[in-house]
Amino acid sequence: MTMAITGARRWWPIAVSLAVFVVAWKAIVVVGGYQAFILPAPEVVAARFVRAWADGLMTPHATATLVEIGLGFSVGASAGLAVGYLFARSALAERFLSPYLVAAQATPILALAPLLALWFGTGLTSKVVICGLIVFFPVAVATMVGIRSVDAGLLELGRSLRATRRQVVLQLEIPAALPSILGGMRVGVTLAVVGAIVGEWAGASQGLGVLVNIARGSLFDIPLMFATLITIAAIGVALYVLVVLVERRLVGVR
Amino acid sequence: MIAKRGARLRLSDVARGFDGPGGRREALGGVDLALAPGEIVALVGPNGSGKSTLLRVVAGLLPPDRGRVEIDGQLMTEPIPAVALVFQEPRLLAWRDVIDNVAFPLELAGVAIDARVARARDEVARVGLAGFERVRPAELSGGMRQRAAIARAMVMDPDVLLMDEPFSALDALTRERFDLELRELVRTAGTTVLLVTHSIPEAVLVADRVAVLSQRPGRIVADVPVERGMDGTAMTPDVAAFGPAAAAVRAHLEAAA
Repeated sequence: MTMAITGARRWWPIAVSLAVFVVAWKAIVVVGGYQAFILPAPEVVAARFVRAWADGLMTPHATATLVEIGLGFSVGASAGLAVGYLFARSALAERFLSPYLVAAQATPILALAPLLALWFGTGLTSKVVICGLIVFFPVAVATMVGIRSVDAGLLELGRSLRATRRQVVLQLEIPAALPSILGGMRVGVTLAVVGAIVGEWAGASQGLGVLVNIARGSLFDIPLMFATLITIAAIGVALYVLVVLVERRLVGVR
Repeated sequence: MIAKRGARLRLSDVARGFDGPGGRREALGGVDLALAPGEIVALVGPNGSGKSTLLRVVAGLLPPDRGRVEIDGQLMTEPIPAVALVFQEPRLLAWRDVIDNVAFPLELAGVAIDARVARARDEVARVGLAGFERVRPAELSGGMRQRAAIARAMVMDPDVLLMDEPFSALDALTRERFDLELRELVRTAGTTVLLVTHSIPEAVLVADRVAVLSQRPGRIVADVPVERGMDGTAMTPDVAAFGPAAAAVRAHLEAAA
C-alpha cells in the first residue's frame, strides 16, 4: 500500500508531462490545420503504431536495431573500460594515444559512417563499429576519471593485505570507480541508439533507421515514420532506465 | 579461550628518508625498539617525527634506507599476514556491509565464504558491532566504522597489530572508552601492539610502555614503563592523564621538541 502510494507520487509528474505533450501536439495539429503527411495527429500515429506492431512490420526492424545497439554498446563499453583504466594508470599511454581518440571523437560520426560502411560493408559489423565508437568515448573518460579518483588509502589497504594486481582491480578500483563508470554508460547507452540509426542510414537493409527512410520515401506513410520515431525514442528511454536501475542496484546507498 | 602468544618485534637502526626540493631529507634517523611477545607499546612524538613513516616501514609497506625490522627473527621485506595495520581513517569499502568489510582480508587470502563469514561474525561481535553485520559504512558513526576497521585487522588473527592514530577523529569520552576496550581486546588475543598516537593519556591508558620519538629525523629518546596494578588493568583515564608515567612522557616530549 505504502509502496503503491510512493510509486504514484513519483510517477504522476511523468504521466502529467506526457498528457500535456499529447494534448499540445493535438492542439497544434487542429489549430494549424496540418495535413497528416506533415504532422499527423497523435491518435493517427497511435493507431499506426499499434498496427505496425500487430501486423509484424515493426518487429524485424526493431530487433535488428536492438541487436546492433546491444553488440555495439558491449564492444564500445568494454573497450572504453579497458582504455580508460589504461589511461588512468599510465600517463605515457594517455599522452601517446589520447590525441587520436579526441580527434576521432571530434569528427562527427555522421561523417565517418559512410567510410565505415565502405570498409565493413552494410551488414551488422559496420553498425557495431559505429555504435561502439560512439559509446567508447564517454565510458573511457568516465572510467579514467573514476579510477584516478580512487582513494589512495584504499590502494594502500590493498597492498597491506597483499592483494594481487587482479584483486586490486576487481575488488577495489572498479567497485570504487563504479558510480563514475556507470555515469559514463548512462551517456553511452543513449548515444548507442544514435550510433545504430546513423549506421543504418549509411547503408542497411533492416533496422528502424531504414524503416524511417522507407516510410518517408517509397511508402510515403508519415504516420508510420512517426510510429518508428516513437519506437526509437522508447528504446532509448528503456535502455537509459535499465542502466539507472543497474546503477541503483550496484551502487545503492554509499 | 587461551590467548596465543604474539610475536617478538625488533627494530634495529631503522632509517628512512624522502626526496624533497632540497635533496633527500631524513625522516627516521636510526630507530631501535624491541617489543616482547604480547607487549603493548605506544609511540609518541612531535608532528613530523616520522611516526607514520615508522609504522609503514614496520608493516613492510615502505623499505627502510638502513636497518632492519624483524618479526620473531624473520626480516620484514613486504606485508605479511601475521602483521595487521589499522589506519587513522577506517578505510572501509563503501559498497560492502560490515561483515563483508571485516571478511575482506580472508576473501583476498582465498578463504571459503562460509568460513570467512563465520570468522568475521565472531570478530564483529568482539568489537561490539553485533547487530550491525549487514549495515553499510555510510550508515555507521565514525566510532563504529573504526570498530569495524579493528575487527578487519583482527580477523586474520595477527601476531602483531600496528595502529596509526586510530582514534584521533573521536570525541574525548568515546576515545577513552575505545582505549580501554582496545587494551582489553588485544590482551585477550595476546597480540603484540605498536600504537602510534598524539595523545599522552591515550598512550598511558593503552600501553605497557611508551616510547618517545624525537623531532625529525626521529630517534627513540625515551622509553617510559607504565606502572599498573598486579592485574595489569588498574588504570583510569584520570591516572593516565596525570600520573607519573604521563608526567615522564610529557617531560621527554618537551625536551625532544
